[in-house]
Amino acid sequence: MASATLDSVRLGYPTADGLHVAVDDATFEVEEREKLIVIGPSGCGKSTLLRAVAGLVQPLAGTIEIAGSTTLRPGPDRAVVFQEFDQLFPWRTVLGNVAYPLRVNGRGRREAAERARAFLELTHLDGASGRHPHELSGGMKQRVAIARALALEPRILLMDEPFGSLDAITRQRLQAELNRIVAETGVTLLFVTHSIEEALVVGDRVVVMSPAPSRVLEIVDVRSLGGPSTTEYSEMRGRLRRLLAVDREELVADAV
Amino acid sequence: MRSSAALRKAILLALLVGVWEAYVATSHVDHLLFASPWQTVHAFAAGWADGSLAGPTWTTLRILLESFGIGLGVALGFTVMATLSTIGTDLLDLLTSVFNPLPGVVVLPLAMLWFGIDTSAIVFTVAFATIWPIAINMSMGFKTVSPTVVAVGRTIGLKPLRIVTDVLIPAALPHAVTGLKTAWAFGWRTMIASELVFGVAGSKGGLGNYINNARLYFLTPRIFAGLVTIALLGVVFESLFGLAERGTVVRWGMKHS
Repeated sequence: MASATLDSVRLGYPTADGLHVAVDDATFEVEEREKLIVIGPSGCGKSTLLRAVAGLVQPLAGTIEIAGSTTLRPGPDRAVVFQEFDQLFPWRTVLGNVAYPLRVNGRGRREAAERARAFLELTHLDGASGRHPHELSGGMKQRVAIARALALEPRILLMDEPFGSLDAITRQRLQAELNRIVAETGVTLLFVTHSIEEALVVGDRVVVMSPAPSRVLEIVDVRSLGGPSTTEYSEMRGRLRRLLAVDREELVADAV
Repeated sequence: MRSSAALRKAILLALLVGVWEAYVATSHVDHLLFASPWQTVHAFAAGWADGSLAGPTWTTLRILLESFGIGLGVALGFTVMATLSTIGTDLLDLLTSVFNPLPGVVVLPLAMLWFGIDTSAIVFTVAFATIWPIAINMSMGFKTVSPTVVAVGRTIGLKPLRIVTDVLIPAALPHAVTGLKTAWAFGWRTMIASELVFGVAGSKGGLGNYINNARLYFLTPRIFAGLVTIALLGVVFESLFGLAERGTVVRWGMKHS
């Protein structure tokens, strides 16, 4: 059964020169317990797509179905991890940031704190629970955001280029950590990125979008690729690069 | 080091008082015109002992608090208006750019015309001085809240009202505190200045009136004692605001001290 089903979803926003259509037609399913990556060139509306699944923006046309119901409003069943470091509440401690959404959703003070501690342990942040966000590094902030989202037990975890603002080493470490955490919790993941490497390291399947007004070019299974040294991996990387290479510049940029 | 900075300042203060004392002792300045530190301390202590300073201080603070409360209320109204509509924003921008540069006390003559020689005239003047810094800072605070943090609020299931109370208000706090601090300083200065111009309404005058009376009777040490009281209160309020900031927005890394 699918966790999320997108059917002919069309997304855009009004600009000074009229309506700008970012996504022309997005049709795909996120299956239960899979890690689905959406990849596309910048400006193809992939972040808007994620926000639409979160309920933060409404589609111009088409339907988004979460576990059988077409949702319109944001809610904790679709917790989001954003790219920006300022997604944490600066006035709350690390523990408070994770516990507060639980309190909002009806858990008692003690239960919320206990649960928050458990998820901070899962993300190896138990030592930082009393600190405030401004005392954390970028990587730690993103891990708090992941712990906060997971503690809500979302039906589907939405991630919008969560490691996009991190340095390469931290990004790789967090990708590995995310894989471990997703395996441990069995959460369904919808993950947006513009990095082919990230898509291959994190994803089970990859939805490749065309430039705006975008449509789905292809959906590829990358589950059984093996490590970056294998031929299957480099063949797949080459295939994704060709799919995404709208101009030579981008091809070069991705090869670096 | 904070403690050594405090020590240096204490030494400087002692030196300044020493210079002051030496000047009065050696220059043969007329004692009707200039009080020595000792006379000032004496007048200060006597004033607080017999209640002649405590009364005016209380009157000043009471009127200031009342005016500040009214100013805050009106400012909140403007803030809500400016946050909800573009016209509201434009109106607040316009009013603030016209009224904020005015020294608060200039509306006192009008206030006296409208309200008569009554405490209400001072309340109006002081409230007027506090509205603009609060309104402009608070609306700025709401407008600069990170859209990401608001989106997070929505995705964790917060209802619109709780987005306001649990996300927007704390996120706007650094600006709000700045606004309150500036407004308090404006209000405090306007208050004392108004009293000096205004004199007394009824039997109870404030600190400005106390100083003015002391001048009329050539009780120069009392003028000094009044000034010391005003300065000390200023220091106390500054440190209260400082404490509040360190406990909140500075601790949260939202503002650097």
